[in-house]
Amino acid sequence: MLVRFEDVGFRHADRPPVLDGFTLSVEAGEVLAIVGRSGVGKTTILKLVNRLLMPTSGTVVVEGRDTRQWDPIQLRRRIGYVIQDVGLFPHMTVEDNVAIVPRLEQWPAERRRARAHQLLELVGLPPDSYGSRYPHQLSGGQRQRVGVARALAVDPPVVLMDEPFGALDPLTRAEVRQEFVRIQAELRTTVIIVTHDMAEACMLGRRLAVIDAGHLVVCDTPERVVKSTAPLIRQLIDSVSTIPSTNPTAS
Amino acid sequence: MTLIDFWLSRRGELAVLVEQHLLLVVVSTSLAVALGVPAGVLAARRPRAGRSLVLLANVAQTVPSLALLGFLLPLPLVGGIGPRTALVALSIYALLPIMRTTITGIQGVDPAVVEAGTAMGMTRRQLLWLVELPLALPSMVAGVRVATVIGVGTATIAAAIGAGGLGEYIFRGLSMVDTTTILAGAIPAAVLALAADGLLAWTERRLAHSRQRGAGFVSIAAGAALLLVLLVAARSGTGADSIVVGSKNFTEQVILGELVAQAIEAESQVPVVRKLNLGGTFVCDRGLRTGDLDVYVEYTGTAVTAVFHQEVPHDSEQALLRARELYARAGLTVARPLGFNNTFAILVRGKDARTAGLRTIEDLRSVAARWTPGFGYEFLQREDGYGALARAYGLRFGSQPRAMDLSLIYRALADGQVDVIAGDRTSALITTLDLVMLEDNRHYFPPYDAVPVVRIATLLREPSIGRALARLAGKISDQDMRRLNAAVDVEHRDVRTVVREFLARPQTAGSSDAPPTEGTVTR
Repeated sequence: MLVRFEDVGFRHADRPPVLDGFTLSVEAGEVLAIVGRSGVGKTTILKLVNRLLMPTSGTVVVEGRDTRQWDPIQLRRRIGYVIQDVGLFPHMTVEDNVAIVPRLEQWPAERRRARAHQLLELVGLPPDSYGSRYPHQLSGGQRQRVGVARALAVDPPVVLMDEPFGALDPLTRAEVRQEFVRIQAELRTTVIIVTHDMAEACMLGRRLAVIDAGHLVVCDTPERVVKSTAPLIRQLIDSVSTIPSTNPTAS
Repeated sequence: MTLIDFWLSRRGELAVLVEQHLLLVVVSTSLAVALGVPAGVLAARRPRAGRSLVLLANVAQTVPSLALLGFLLPLPLVGGIGPRTALVALSIYALLPIMRTTITGIQGVDPAVVEAGTAMGMTRRQLLWLVELPLALPSMVAGVRVATVIGVGTATIAAAIGAGGLGEYIFRGLSMVDTTTILAGAIPAAVLALAADGLLAWTERRLAHSRQRGAGFVSIAAGAALLLVLLVAARSGTGADSIVVGSKNFTEQVILGELVAQAIEAESQVPVVRKLNLGGTFVCDRGLRTGDLDVYVEYTGTAVTAVFHQEVPHDSEQALLRARELYARAGLTVARPLGFNNTFAILVRGKDARTAGLRTIEDLRSVAARWTPGFGYEFLQREDGYGALARAYGLRFGSQPRAMDLSLIYRALADGQVDVIAGDRTSALITTLDLVMLEDNRHYFPPYDAVPVVRIATLLREPSIGRALARLAGKISDQDMRRLNAAVDVEHRDVRTVVREFLARPQTAGSSDAPPTEGTVTR
């Protein structure tokens, strides 16, 4: 078990809790998709893993150790992070962006460079023509691929993805998703992916965790979740499915 | 003399002034970067502390530059005559724009980018150097640009406290009422400002385009700034053994400063530093008391009234003794008078003096009813000015005195707009415009004998200074001073050369007034 949430609660001071009694385990090598409507605490779950947030109750365990006991810098360098608006460094080239965590880890320049080229190949951006470009010279889809490559740079045991394809147009989204599935199958990296798109969750996740109002509603394979007749789950599936109605892969 | 001739004939001086000016701006801006960027970073991270920092810089910015120099002069460590005080003042002015743009730059960094950096395991310091500073750089360069342009302009004021720079020409020109000299300083200053603005605008654009190597640029700039500051510190640390000669900022004073400097150089091995053209009596007096100056030439009347706020005895020797006594309390002493008395002079046209047979002020009574006097604003206002003079001599003029600027008053007399004026006894224009000075036979005006004021400690340390000053005693008559002023103001000759020639001339030649004997002073 790579990541485990044990009865985790999280709240901002004087506000109703975002998470309450949340328990979930993520197995090594699996892709776990977290689904739910906007504002139910999906992003909070991710930020608890790399200690951008600390639980107000319960414990989050990563690689067998409570995140409270991890040095946050050490912990974060072992966890890849891909966010919706990508957060590429606009003043660095594509290659420097991909090689940033190796740089923080003080890899020698040659090794950094080789790794960046390898990853750019992996995400389908030939390093010779893309390596020295700046983020503003790339399309949205290309930027997202660079973001994925950057998250994978030091072969982290866990990669967190927060609506990674949300800002892309439908065609590009389908393409980048295919790419993601291929890469994950190749690397067997553990991925926790947050999405509000039920179809995307079904396509990418080996298991689906459905969240509502700070609780885990169900966590199971996509097939079982979709077939569930429990009223709450039905209602959730219906409500989330209406959002991506323009998505060609949703039908 | 045209502007181009002026520059060509003073290429060397111009180059030195431009260099001083640039150094003032570059060093002060670098200091402001060295302080303002860390302060800005701190303020961006702690908005509460930041607000008070910005407020402080804001307040400092509103203090007028001359006033700020005035505040700084008497302070220990930062004050004193010379570039140090000017650097501190200029740095204070540069601080606000640099701090502001650093804050804006860092706060303007996309939060998603900052979060990405944090989530990747960057420490606070790595986040600052790898992400925040490089992205804030274009904004910071814009701040440096504003600060530099302000600095080039403000640095012209620095000449008032002896820091040098192009302001020297501006102040010199203002005191001589010579537009050419003013422009000779103002135009290069404007060109420098435009060039600096252009260069930094270009840097800004380059940075906005290729946003690479940002942190490297910051480190290089910071390193260069530090190096410069050290260099300047090393340079200003020299000269502990030198003699510093000062002067106020009008032609006669500059000539006298140069005269004292050359006399000391002839008599002593000690290097002489010239801080001529300082912005007035107050600045020179301050300099002497703090030890920034060793000697400058003052006038007995001015010393007793303006420095010590006492009434001046009407007798020359009494006035000298009074000044000596007052200065002694401050560890200063007054050397023997140079010979001339720069008091007020009641002047009329030579032609009128000859036809009406005017010799003394008293003689004016016969013509006063038909004449119009012209006076400077100060002479009309001050207690010992026009009103008291008219009472002392029983003068009743036919029309109200016309008030005008001192620089215009000689010309007005020569052109016949007024018939009698109160001018400067040593003005070059008395000879040039064929004016006649009427004798103050009732000894109404207090004496303004020119006397070197010197630190007693300096005299003890370097007895040769005393010898040099003694050799100048009684050497310069009213007529001599007028000629020296004319050589510089009218003929536009170089002060150093004029003084060198004067000191080299045969002893008694060229002096129509009788040289004073020891202890007594002619008036």
